[in-house]
Amino acid sequence: MHDWATASEIAEAVRSGTSAAAVAEAALARIAERDGVLNSFTAVTRDRALAKARAIDAARARGEPLGPLAGVPFAVKNLFDVAGLATLAGSKINREHAPATADATLIARMEAAGAVLIGALNMGEYAYDFTGENVHDGPSRNPHDTGRMTGGSSGGSGGAVAGGLVPISLGSDTNGSIRVPASLCGLFGLKPTYGRLSRARTFPFVASLDHLGPLARSTRDLALAYDAMQGHDADDPVCARRPVEPALSSLGSGISGLRIAIAGGYFRRGASPEALSAVDRIAKALGATREVELPEATRARAAAYVISATEGAALHLDRLRARANDFDPAVRDRLIAGAMTPASLVVKAHKFRRWYRDEVAKLFDSVDAILAPATPCTAPKLGQKTLVIDGVEVPLRPNVGIYTQPISFIGLPVVAVPVPLAPLPIGVQVIAAPWREDVALRIAHALEVGKVAEAPRPQQWRD
Amino acid sequence: MRDEQGDTMEQLIEAAAKALELPVEAAWLPAIKANLEVTLRFGNQVAGFPLPDEAEPAFVFEA
Repeated sequence: MHDWATASEIAEAVRSGTSAAAVAEAALARIAERDGVLNSFTAVTRDRALAKARAIDAARARGEPLGPLAGVPFAVKNLFDVAGLATLAGSKINREHAPATADATLIARMEAAGAVLIGALNMGEYAYDFTGENVHDGPSRNPHDTGRMTGGSSGGSGGAVAGGLVPISLGSDTNGSIRVPASLCGLFGLKPTYGRLSRARTFPFVASLDHLGPLARSTRDLALAYDAMQGHDADDPVCARRPVEPALSSLGSGISGLRIAIAGGYFRRGASPEALSAVDRIAKALGATREVELPEATRARAAAYVISATEGAALHLDRLRARANDFDPAVRDRLIAGAMTPASLVVKAHKFRRWYRDEVAKLFDSVDAILAPATPCTAPKLGQKTLVIDGVEVPLRPNVGIYTQPISFIGLPVVAVPVPLAPLPIGVQVIAAPWREDVALRIAHALEVGKVAEAPRPQQWRD
Repeated sequence: MRDEQGDTMEQLIEAAAKALELPVEAAWLPAIKANLEVTLRFGNQVAGFPLPDEAEPAFVFEA
């Protein structure tokens, strides 16, 4: 099994007789070799991984059927509960928490499908981050250029998959935290519809906007993981009572008959030439020429910003009172400002959310998917504090997510697809109507088959 | 005028910190102020959008 095998290749090989224990050992060896630089893992669950892998090998020896993710190593952002580990959520404060007593629902579902949890991943503190930098654990480093950001807040989730340590990781996305690292690290990332995947036993950030999802180097792997994780979960009050709607079976259906448009206006302003070139390349490959405007996208982003600042502040209010000096100062100062924001503005933002949802829903009467940049630029340098948008220098930390925020604000499903520009990749959002993850995945798969979208192997590990 | 606005914002932060029992150190004030200015600007931008009184907020709750 080679280092860059996809999850579907690994599962097929394990079902055919390749040792899952050997696959796990190889992943552990890659982590030991590469993660000193990449800094994507904060905990490696070696004993657990080997025990699980050996159990899979024993099950195969007994002639038992193996799951669709048999023997596939995966890792999770460290806001997922992993039994036996404190759930850090990228913070210093949570290190004092008791170890989790049970796994997050999504970990349990991945393992039920045969996947092998191999560790917990670095992230921006309390997920209030688009950089992948962490003052307590050090920055996640981008495998394409280790002097650059992975993007965040699921920074380790991006670095671990792009660096070939594991084929699949799980992350969270409140305002863009799966799609931003997918874009900057050159990966496929799925942010499903709000309410689709259970968030049970994960550390929250903004309950109104929190989503979980996978990152991978192929669309088939995204679909495999997504299908394994679907289904109602009474432990998450927001998790929808919908049947499992598999996406893998229609992945190769092609794009014939799909109406695909490009997001104009807000989504064409401020983007770098690379971001626009990536969208144009994807649009051309899909034959998409129609431009649509998401109404009031600027206000949608503003409303998501207000809800995030204030709900985040409410979540952390006690910790801000008692342990303010133990926060990353950049996170602390944003949260304190959120605590001081008048409630009337927050309610207005929630009212606007419903209006905006209804208006965007009308667009999906005449289109099946909308294309937009995932990030305004390729990976910034570590430590960079500002970026230029529309000719104006603005703080980097909140502005990397300008194109992702208006989409997650109303919970639309998105696949971020990587465009392998040189020297650095950049992502494009394929946005579908609510509950139509299958459509976004079909389009992403067609782009992958056509080699327009591709998770590029970092230069240092090319043959 | 700018100074007066700055003072007003700092006074607001200090008063809110007291009301919320948040221990805000003087050194944090410029960053909190910068963040609060952005949040208020964005909040007012959203609030400036006309919606009917009957518009339902999109809080997630099912009885």
